[in-house]
Amino acid sequence: MGTLLSVNDINVSYGAIHAIKGVSFEVGEGEIVTLIGANGAGKSTILKTVSGLLHPKTGSVDFLGKRLNGVAPHKIVAGGLAHVPEGRRVFLRRTVEETLEMGAYTQPKSTIAPGLEKVYELFPRLKERRRQVAGTLSGGEQQMLAMGRALMSRPKLLMLDEPSMGLAPILVEQIFDIIKSMHKAGTTILLVEQNAQMALSVADRGYVLETGKIVATGTGAQLLNDEAVKKAYLGG
Amino acid sequence: MVLSQIINALQLGSIYALVALGYSMVYGIILLLNFAHGDIIMVGAYMTFFAVTNFHLHPVFSVVLAVVVSTLLGVLIEKLAYTPLRSAPRLSLLITAIGVSFLLENGAQMLFGADTKSMVQTPLIKGGISIGSSSISLAAVITIVVSVAAMLFLTFLVQKTKLGKAMRAVSEDMGAAQLMGISLNKTISFTFAVGSALAGIGAVLHIGSYFQASPMMGSMLGLKAFVAAVLGGIGSIPGAMIGGFAIGIVETLVTVGGLSTWKDGVVFAILIVVLLVKPTGILGKPVTEKV
Repeated sequence: MGTLLSVNDINVSYGAIHAIKGVSFEVGEGEIVTLIGANGAGKSTILKTVSGLLHPKTGSVDFLGKRLNGVAPHKIVAGGLAHVPEGRRVFLRRTVEETLEMGAYTQPKSTIAPGLEKVYELFPRLKERRRQVAGTLSGGEQQMLAMGRALMSRPKLLMLDEPSMGLAPILVEQIFDIIKSMHKAGTTILLVEQNAQMALSVADRGYVLETGKIVATGTGAQLLNDEAVKKAYLGG
Repeated sequence: MVLSQIINALQLGSIYALVALGYSMVYGIILLLNFAHGDIIMVGAYMTFFAVTNFHLHPVFSVVLAVVVSTLLGVLIEKLAYTPLRSAPRLSLLITAIGVSFLLENGAQMLFGADTKSMVQTPLIKGGISIGSSSISLAAVITIVVSVAAMLFLTFLVQKTKLGKAMRAVSEDMGAAQLMGISLNKTISFTFAVGSALAGIGAVLHIGSYFQASPMMGSMLGLKAFVAAVLGGIGSIPGAMIGGFAIGIVETLVTVGGLSTWKDGVVFAILIVVLLVKPTGILGKPVTEKV
């Protein structure tokens, strides 16, 4: 198992706010790794830094042995790193199929048809709604669309930011089942979640983030049974 | 009489439409009302004037020169003035655009003089066609045909090409577009290039039709094209075309009605009415927010 992503001691600021304070973590090939933490702990900031939307003040981000600091986001996507942003951010006025095709923007045209087939296999719901405008989909369907769109770029690492946000419990379970099947199909996943229970139960390893710092790390099972983690994030 | 007025309206309207397209495209992509856009037309008109009267270039080369200079100027303005402000508040960007507009107007006054240059003696397009009792200038026909062709080409560009796809994605959600692997810098520069090229074509057609270039010509023309873009629905490409023709028709009607001194007033009255009654314009989509 090689290291796919390694983040070394990054510091990120929004203006005067020092949001990330010396965070380091790794994602190995084939893993599901989760970053959990409360609102405002800096989880999304870390993902945005990895995908190049934000730049670290110090520290480094390496993906497949290449330094990502200062690389433009569109080049990072082309390099095999897909980011499903918080709040889905699907193109509301496009149809499902147009949105998926947009996901393959960096890929040769010949990959679109097989890519669509794969995504529709994983998300039969999207196939039913392929001609529908994304803005008319439900929250869960939009989440599926956002994940499908990311898969169209044939990523080596898929980063998911709060996929369960705002979804009914039954849909949350569905989304996590899909995360497991995407993983089974060979995609490495970095998952950011507030729903620590669900995230830790699918993850190989997890990191606990508090106000911009990593305060605990371990396997999913270890963290699920950790007293401090239980108390703070799992409702006792 | 009626026919020649219809042609007049379409001639004027197609120039407004070309300029309005540039406004609308730039607004659609970075939410900037690029008030320097009208002044690019002024620069294009001067280029045409000098190419024809001072350098005696063939009209075709004059056209190419004007369009190339306008395009480069548009991209240069974007790179120097707007790119550094990409994450700044939109108001800073708007004020910068007004500043660039003043810079171009006063720069032109300094370089070319404050007087109006006239090309009546050496028109770019000569001749006319007579249909029945009315005669139509060839310039009018060419203006309408070229504008429509440019708009068809633009529609193809935006709907069918990869860069067009990128433009639409950036205009919907800049952050998400980046995550699709779309280069923001490239897409935004391309949008300015296309919008400015259309302005360059508009400049050539304007001086071909009305024979004049002056440092301030872009200001009123640009403002009216802005009204056209708002009327059609700012950010919408077909909307800009419809708005442009509508403004051209209204102005011509007002002039034919003997109220030509009122024509600017009527155009801005339209802006006020649109903003009061339907701020999203004819084709603009209301902003829906779904949680």
